Amino acid sequence: MTDTGFDVAGLKASHRPVSEFRYEKRPVVAGYNDRTLYVNVGDGRIAEKPVSADTRAKFTGGKGYGLKLLWDAVTPATKWNDPENEVNIATGPVGGNTNYPGSGKSIVVSISPTTGIPIDCNVGGYFGPFLKFSGFDALELQGRAERDVIVYIDGDEGVVKIFEAPGEAVDSHVLAEQMVAMFARDENDRQHISSVSAGSGAENSLIGCLNFSFYDKRRKVARLKQAGRGGIGTVFRDKKIKAVVVKYSSLDVTSNNPADLAKLQETGLKLHREIIELDDQQCRMREIGTAHLTEIMNEYDLLPTCNYKFGSSPDAEGINSHAFSAIVTHGLPDGCWYGCTMACAKAADGFELATGPYKGHKVTVDGPEYETVAGCGANIGVFDPRVVLELNFYCDTYGIDTISFGTSTAFIMECWENGILDSDRTGGLEITWGNGPAALELLHRIGRGEGFGLVAGLGVRRMKAYFAEHYGADPKFLQDIGCECKGLEYSQYVSKESLAQQGGYSMALKGPQHDEAWLIFMDMVNNRIPTFEDKAEALYYFPMFRTWFGLQGLCKLPWNDIEPADNASTDEPAKVPEHVDNYLAIYKAVTGNDLDREGLIRQSARVYNFQKVFCIRMGKGRRIDDLPPYRMVGPVTVEEYESRADRYDKQLREQVGVDPSGMDTPAKIAALRAYREDRYEKLQDAVYKRKGWTREGIPTIETLQDLGIDYPEVVEVVKPLL
Amino acid sequence: MITVNGSPHPWHDGMTVRKILEEKRYTFPLLVVRIDGRLVPRSDYGETTVPDGADVDVMHLMSGG
Repeated sequence: MTDTGFDVAGLKASHRPVSEFRYEKRPVVAGYNDRTLYVNVGDGRIAEKPVSADTRAKFTGGKGYGLKLLWDAVTPATKWNDPENEVNIATGPVGGNTNYPGSGKSIVVSISPTTGIPIDCNVGGYFGPFLKFSGFDALELQGRAERDVIVYIDGDEGVVKIFEAPGEAVDSHVLAEQMVAMFARDENDRQHISSVSAGSGAENSLIGCLNFSFYDKRRKVARLKQAGRGGIGTVFRDKKIKAVVVKYSSLDVTSNNPADLAKLQETGLKLHREIIELDDQQCRMREIGTAHLTEIMNEYDLLPTCNYKFGSSPDAEGINSHAFSAIVTHGLPDGCWYGCTMACAKAADGFELATGPYKGHKVTVDGPEYETVAGCGANIGVFDPRVVLELNFYCDTYGIDTISFGTSTAFIMECWENGILDSDRTGGLEITWGNGPAALELLHRIGRGEGFGLVAGLGVRRMKAYFAEHYGADPKFLQDIGCECKGLEYSQYVSKESLAQQGGYSMALKGPQHDEAWLIFMDMVNNRIPTFEDKAEALYYFPMFRTWFGLQGLCKLPWNDIEPADNASTDEPAKVPEHVDNYLAIYKAVTGNDLDREGLIRQSARVYNFQKVFCIRMGKGRRIDDLPPYRMVGPVTVEEYESRADRYDKQLREQVGVDPSGMDTPAKIAALRAYREDRYEKLQDAVYKRKGWTREGIPTIETLQDLGIDYPEVVEVVKPLL
Repeated sequence: MITVNGSPHPWHDGMTVRKILEEKRYTFPLLVVRIDGRLVPRSDYGETTVPDGADVDVMHLMSGG
């Protein structure tokens, strides 16, 4: 990153201290500190809190700790912008080890501006591990400051400070560099600094994200990973927090103080070898990261194109992995935490920006990841990799979620196509399919909080209501094409031909993000889970298994984006059994506690059901909240149906039992819709039953008792609904 | 005729696993292939022929964020 010079001494001189807290430095013991850090930016209180034995036993760490602290902080009436709402950041007991790939994740939770329920994000960068090694298993940020503040945690000195910071930048690519320059003694010290920040877009929209930095000492750049979903960056800026910064300088392989370092190293070494030997033939994560998926999704008709209308495009070659591989820098270690051989955090260096406030600057753009390529590319009809990269850069530095921006812009473009929007209503922007410059200008207006940018920044659910109220648009049509559930925009896979994935998306607790379950191949291609009960079992196991990464501070990618050479010969290759056993081994190696496969699922099930009850407590989490927009279930429009008429006609004949000959397309759409919506309802029944919930999606008392989370305040939430 | 992932698929003489993957446009790299329940190593896709009437299972694993 260049061209963003700043005066550190001048910035420091403008600071005004708010409060300071000194704490006793203690070593981590077997992955835990057993204390958390509380910071109230509204009244300046800073304190440490002990973690009870019960909390540790039931909530494990990471997302579990974040949710427990959040539950205790809010009431059912709390809104996202109430001061008592929190932004909580935690890693887990395994998080921060430098031996097993993918062990540097932070998990962030808050009450979401777009959904009103708890949102959680799993994000890379150095912050979570540095926070832990500075002495805290979690950070709890509460209150709202009157003026912009920075929170600084000095893990070397054992001191936490809040100070007013009027001069620092808001946009993350500048602010992260300022934080590194401000708190590092010298060039070598820069790698010991990590910051959390948002951006101008986060304060002007509801779809704000957080950026977690890690200093790339070879590039000499503070790089950024995103906690993207659900508007946590918006909460962060509402609290007037510019940055939370941690410094920790003594990292080594013993920082997490594992119970059995030799076993941890042995297990990690096995995976390092596997990645080095096999990744080039498998997913090419080290070459291009998750962007390798673009051409695969396009080939399987799963790449969202033009607001999920279609699953492929002949133009997708323009944004495939090879197009980006030609732009990103190769040959540099790209791990977002130490010891990650998978190293999938790719970056394009010296990228010259063509638009916006940083036009002409040459910057490092992190990514793009698959979701960004799909959301800021195919889903809005853009197939120019440089436009995708520029959207990626500005989303990040403005603190805007690329997924929500992409899905929201796709919705806007389809509204334009249908005459709901025009240039008068968009302030002169012709937001049509494939218009990259218009998409970029829309993003800048969101960043500035200007004109139609303010409307777009509300996200899809609120835009539906706005367009119906102000422009007379048909609410039913808007509901059908607006790809959100619970208020969260869908991530970037077409789920029409996979009933299991329709459930994986819309029954996900926080909203339609694929990190609970990605079952499209298992369901649609492999035909391995044909019955409702089969699908329900998959929608039990995978969400529980994947929840565990968020409890431990782990990345999901080394689980199944690389597979052992003999994985195919195992009984359940989709679960990658050897890697599951690795996780059990490293958990014991770190904590000293035994864990078997059933115990792993139980750890997750406790937190998962707690989160479910939390959603109900906040007014959602019921059956009706799990209904998807029809665009994610089947064809809404004649154009959509007729683009794959052979497929749908065949389904009418063979599955629905209707002869399509002689029917017009609207009649075919209606028949298919009735069939698919009925099947979705049946899937809900099966999934809720498997999870130990009522038909309305409420966890039963027996389920809560079995998991040991039948706390009075938890039971009190569900009891009236049983 | 053979069956691929539960659906009928035309068979022809000398058909290999690789040919099936090409015809089905199965480009995903993480596959597990079984012919009548027998595992076919990835290195043998080009040489392993598929008999008429075979039940071919091409299991796609998962990857991505």
